[in-house]
Amino acid sequence: MEKTSRPSQLFRNMSAKIASIPMVLTALVIFVGCTVWSFIYSFTGSKLLPKKLFQWEEFAAIPIPTWIDKDGELNFSIVTGIVSKSWVGLKQYDRLWSNTRWITSLENLALYAGFALVFSLVVGFILAAFMDQKIRFENTFRTIFLYPYAMSAIVTGLVWQWILNPTFGIEKIVKGWGFTDFEFAPLQNPDLVMFGILFAGIWQGTGFIMALMLAGLRGIDEDIWKASRIDGIPMWKTYIRVVIPMMRPVFVTTLVLITAGILKVYDLVVAQTGGGPGLASQVPAMYVYTYLFGAQNLGQGLAASTMMLLSVLVILIPWTIIEFGGKEQR
Amino acid sequence: MKCRFLLAAALAASVALPASAIDLEVTHWWTSGGEAAAVAEFAKAFNAGGDNWVDGAIAGSGGVARPIIISRIIGGEPMGATQLNHGRQAEELIEAGLMADLTELAEKEGWKDIVNPISLLDACTVDGKIYCVPVNIHSWQWIWLSHAAYAKAGVDVPTNWDEFTASAPALRKADIVPLAMGQQSWQTSGAFGVLTVALAGPDIWLKVVKDKDVDTVMGPEYTAVFEAFGDARKLSDGANVQDWNQATNLVITGQAGAQIMGDWAQGEFQVAGQKAGVDYTCLPGLGVNKIISTGGDAFYFPVNEDPEITAAQLRMASQLISKEVQVAFNLKKGSLPIRGDVDLSTANDCMKQGLEILAAGNVLPDGNQHLSQDTSTQLEDLMVEFWNDKSITAAEVQKNYAAIIADAD
Repeated sequence: MEKTSRPSQLFRNMSAKIASIPMVLTALVIFVGCTVWSFIYSFTGSKLLPKKLFQWEEFAAIPIPTWIDKDGELNFSIVTGIVSKSWVGLKQYDRLWSNTRWITSLENLALYAGFALVFSLVVGFILAAFMDQKIRFENTFRTIFLYPYAMSAIVTGLVWQWILNPTFGIEKIVKGWGFTDFEFAPLQNPDLVMFGILFAGIWQGTGFIMALMLAGLRGIDEDIWKASRIDGIPMWKTYIRVVIPMMRPVFVTTLVLITAGILKVYDLVVAQTGGGPGLASQVPAMYVYTYLFGAQNLGQGLAASTMMLLSVLVILIPWTIIEFGGKEQR
Repeated sequence: MKCRFLLAAALAASVALPASAIDLEVTHWWTSGGEAAAVAEFAKAFNAGGDNWVDGAIAGSGGVARPIIISRIIGGEPMGATQLNHGRQAEELIEAGLMADLTELAEKEGWKDIVNPISLLDACTVDGKIYCVPVNIHSWQWIWLSHAAYAKAGVDVPTNWDEFTASAPALRKADIVPLAMGQQSWQTSGAFGVLTVALAGPDIWLKVVKDKDVDTVMGPEYTAVFEAFGDARKLSDGANVQDWNQATNLVITGQAGAQIMGDWAQGEFQVAGQKAGVDYTCLPGLGVNKIISTGGDAFYFPVNEDPEITAAQLRMASQLISKEVQVAFNLKKGSLPIRGDVDLSTANDCMKQGLEILAAGNVLPDGNQHLSQDTSTQLEDLMVEFWNDKSITAAEVQKNYAAIIADAD
C-alpha cells in the first residue's frame, strides 16, 4: 500500500505560525506572566518594592548530629533550606476585605454598573428607534448624540464637575432666576455623588450605544416591517417581539462594550470628584492605584487587583461558555 | 562592521561629554502661585551657576506626584533631582541603592553644624549616610483666620481654638463658612494631627505616632480630640472645594472664617497681596500650644551613571543649602529656613512667630518621619471618611484609628 505522507497538523501553515510567534509570546509574557506574577506577590508583605520570595538560610539553631569521624568525634551539620520571609499568606486579602474603603468601592461599582447598564441600553435603544423613523436632519442629530463619545473621560468629568458645582453651575443659574432656596450639589453629597458620576458616564456613552443600535436596526429587513404592518401589529410590539430578538448579536456586543467600560471606570471619577467627598465615590481601580503607588504597599494593591480580575472572570467565563461553547448545538 | 559601529558610538559619546551646561530635570509638586514663585528662586540660582534647570512640575499635590516620581525612579528613568518629603517615603528606594549618597559633600560643607533642628538631617540619614538635602521647614500647626470675614460677622478675631468654635455661629449668621476644608484626604488627616497636638499636647501625640501606643489612642485625651474633631465637621459645610489652595482662597476672600493648614498657606496670602496681622491672623498650635512640627521638603538625587550629571547633582545640592538660596526661597515659600544662621529680617509676622518658636526649641518631628506611607494612607482614608460621613460617631472612628495604629509598622 502506498503511503501518502500527510504533514502533521503542527507544521501546516508554517509561515503564518512563525509570524504569530511574537504576538503569542507577548500575550503569554504580558497577559499570563504578569498576571501570575501579580497573583503570587499578592501573598507577600511587599512594600514599595517586591520582596524576594525565597532565600537560602541556615538554621543555626538546630544543628543535627550526622556522622562520627575516625577519631570518634560527633559531627554536626547545619540544615540549610529555602525559606520565605516575605510570605504572609492570606493576610493581604484579610485586610482588604475588612477595609471599609474597599467595600465602599465595590458597592459604588455595583451601583454604577446596574444603572449604567440599564440606562445606556434603554436610552440608547429608544434614541436609535426614534432616529430610525426617517426623521429630518438625521445626520445632524446623530452627530450631536455621538459627539460626547469623542471626548475623553477626563474632559467629560471636568465639564460635568463644573456644571454640577453649586458655586458656578446649575445651582447658581437657578438661584439667579430667583429661586434662592434651590440646592443642587450632587458631587458634594456623599449619598448622591455616584449619581452625579453616573450622569456624566451615561451622557458620554449613550450616543455610541445609539449608533450601534441604529446600525442594528438598519440591518433589519424592510419586509419584516411590511409584514407586521399588514398583520396590524402595533409598532412597539413589533420592536419588542420581533426586532429586538433579531438584534441579539448587536445587544451582546453592546453589553460587552458597556461592561468593559464600567469595570474600567476610573478617569471619570478622578476628574469629577477624586473619589470624594470623603470616600463616597471610590471605585476599585482607584484603591489598587492608591495602594500600589501612593501608599507604597505593593502586596495590598496586588491583592485588590487580583480580586478585580477574579470578579471579571466570574462574569466572563460563564458568558463565554454560553455565547461560544454551545455553537455546535445551534 | 561591528567594530566600526562601536567606534562611531564612542566618538559620539566623546563629543557629547565636554559640554559644560548640564540639563538637570527636577521634579516637584510646587505648582500653586506662592510655591511656583519660590521654586523659581532655586532655578535662578542653579542656572546662574551655568547649568540648566529643567522644570518638571507635577500638578496635584504630593499624593499625585509622589507615585509618578517613584515609578520613574524604579522604572530606570530617573530625573536629575526630585522633591520629596523626607522621612519614610524614600526609605526603600535608599535601601535599594537608587538614591545618591551625599555624605562626602555634607561632611565637606559641615551640614551637621548648619542644619537646625538637626532632626531634619537625621530624617535624611540612613545607616549613617546622608541621602537628601533638607530645603525648608514646614509646620502643620497653624490656623489662618480671615479679618474680612470676622469684620463682616461683627466679632473679634479669635486668639485660640475655643474662641474660634465659639465664634462659629456668628460667622454662619453672616453667611460665612466657619472652617474651610478641602476634600483631599491628607488635609483632614493633617488637621486632625494639628488638633491633637493642640488639645492633647505633644507628648500624647508622640506616644501614638512614634511609639504606636494603642492604649493612648483609646485614652481620655484622645477621646476628647476625636469629639472635638467630630464637632468641627459641621463647621466646614458649604465649603465645596477640593484643593487646599482653593480652601485657602476662601479665607483670603473672606468667604470662610478660618483654615487649619500648614504654613505653606502663607505663600498664597502673599501672592494675593495680603499682610499678616492686617488682613489675616495666624495662630501657631491653634493658639493653644505654641509649638511647630518640623516636617518639610527635601531634595533627593537618584543615582546616575553619567559622572557629569552626578557632578551637577552635587553642585545643586550645595546650592540648595547655601545661605542666599535659603533666604530667597523661604521668603517666597513662607516656610522657615533649615539653617539658623541666616538673616530673615524681611520676614513677615507669621514667619517671625515661627522663627521665635524654632529658636526657643519648641519643635516636634513631623508625622511623616514616624509613620510609613502605608499607615498614613490608612489614617487619611479613615479621617476623610469621618469628616464627610456625619453618621460615623467619634467612638467608632477612635476604635478604627486604634486598629490601624496597632497594625502599623
